[in-house]
Amino acid sequence: MTPRQKRMVTVVAIVAGVGIATAFALKAFNQNLLYYYSPTQVHAGEAPASRSIRVGGLVENGSLARKPGSMEVTFILTDYAQKVPVSYTGVLPDLFREGQGVIARGRMDGNRFVAEEVLAKHDENYMPPEVADSLKPHLDAANSAAPGST
Amino acid sequence: MSWTWFHKLASPPHAYRILGSMAPWFGWASLALILLATWWGLVKAPADYQQGDGFRILYVHAPSAWMSMFTYVVMAVAAGVGLVWRIKLAHAAAAACAPIGASFTFLALATGSIWGKPMWGTWWVWDARLTSELLLLFLYLGYMALRASFDDPQRADRASAVLALVGVINVPIIHYSVNWWSTLHQPASVTKFDKPSIDLAMLIPLFLMIAGFQLYFGWAVSRRLRGEILRRERNANWLKEAT
Repeated sequence: MTPRQKRMVTVVAIVAGVGIATAFALKAFNQNLLYYYSPTQVHAGEAPASRSIRVGGLVENGSLARKPGSMEVTFILTDYAQKVPVSYTGVLPDLFREGQGVIARGRMDGNRFVAEEVLAKHDENYMPPEVADSLKPHLDAANSAAPGST
Repeated sequence: MSWTWFHKLASPPHAYRILGSMAPWFGWASLALILLATWWGLVKAPADYQQGDGFRILYVHAPSAWMSMFTYVVMAVAAGVGLVWRIKLAHAAAAACAPIGASFTFLALATGSIWGKPMWGTWWVWDARLTSELLLLFLYLGYMALRASFDDPQRADRASAVLALVGVINVPIIHYSVNWWSTLHQPASVTKFDKPSIDLAMLIPLFLMIAGFQLYFGWAVSRRLRGEILRRERNANWLKEAT
């Protein structure tokens, strides 16, 4: 091997070695890299009950209720498989609405999740309102036909 | 295999001349495209059905995030070429990329934060996408700091090239973080093996802006690399003859 080929092998070995090491490290820490748990994971007991966690899902249509005279809201988070009832006191982000993805941080109190913070997730779809309106009947039909798709 | 063309391209006087004649083309084309894309994105493109006019920050955020990763890959490839073929010009090109990439990364993080506050309800979260992009900024800054800590340019070149190569692993992690882990950041709208999830009327100015940013990168890297050549070759004969 010429010195140049040796250096080429070294460069490839550095990138491959670091790549493999990183892949193992990320695999080992996989659980810690998840930003939130799904309602299904919460029901399966995968989320720790003793400390503060984040639960992410869609706000179920028709589940949002405001307590009159206070900032308290309750809603149900769903991933179309399991549901987690949530209560929260505070200001909700602009994008918070029924059918929208949100992430709540807090802890379980019995069956109810008491949130200290609610963040809105938005999806990767961008379109003008007219297009969204024309798509809506299709989307609703698709959602009711195939629950489980998010 | 003959590498003469490669070595000719790598000769500093030759590169200095070529870069000098290319830079203005890159510069003016980039300016024109960015202006056109700005007008198209801010005025002509329709508002989003959910985020209203707020989504328009996408036209700065997405191109700068794309460029932050693109620049890193260019930098790592240049560093690798420099290591294998011992080409000083390749190391100089990697060094020229770093501050440009760091600026794109900072711009992506800052615009993302400004976007996140009204839409998500927070300036910052430690999810996989945001954290890996922040790591990219630290990689750029670390690369520049490492270079600056050596007096001998050859040692600076080699040490920083290894860092650039090690850090390139972070680029696919940034890109796939939104698919591999649950994140607050949404998945990709354009760079995926599927129809873009963004309406065509909004996609055109995004592509124009990305093209404008790419050309800007061409301009900035040509100018910076010329500066880098002048600094490294300050005692060379060809420069004395030219001045």
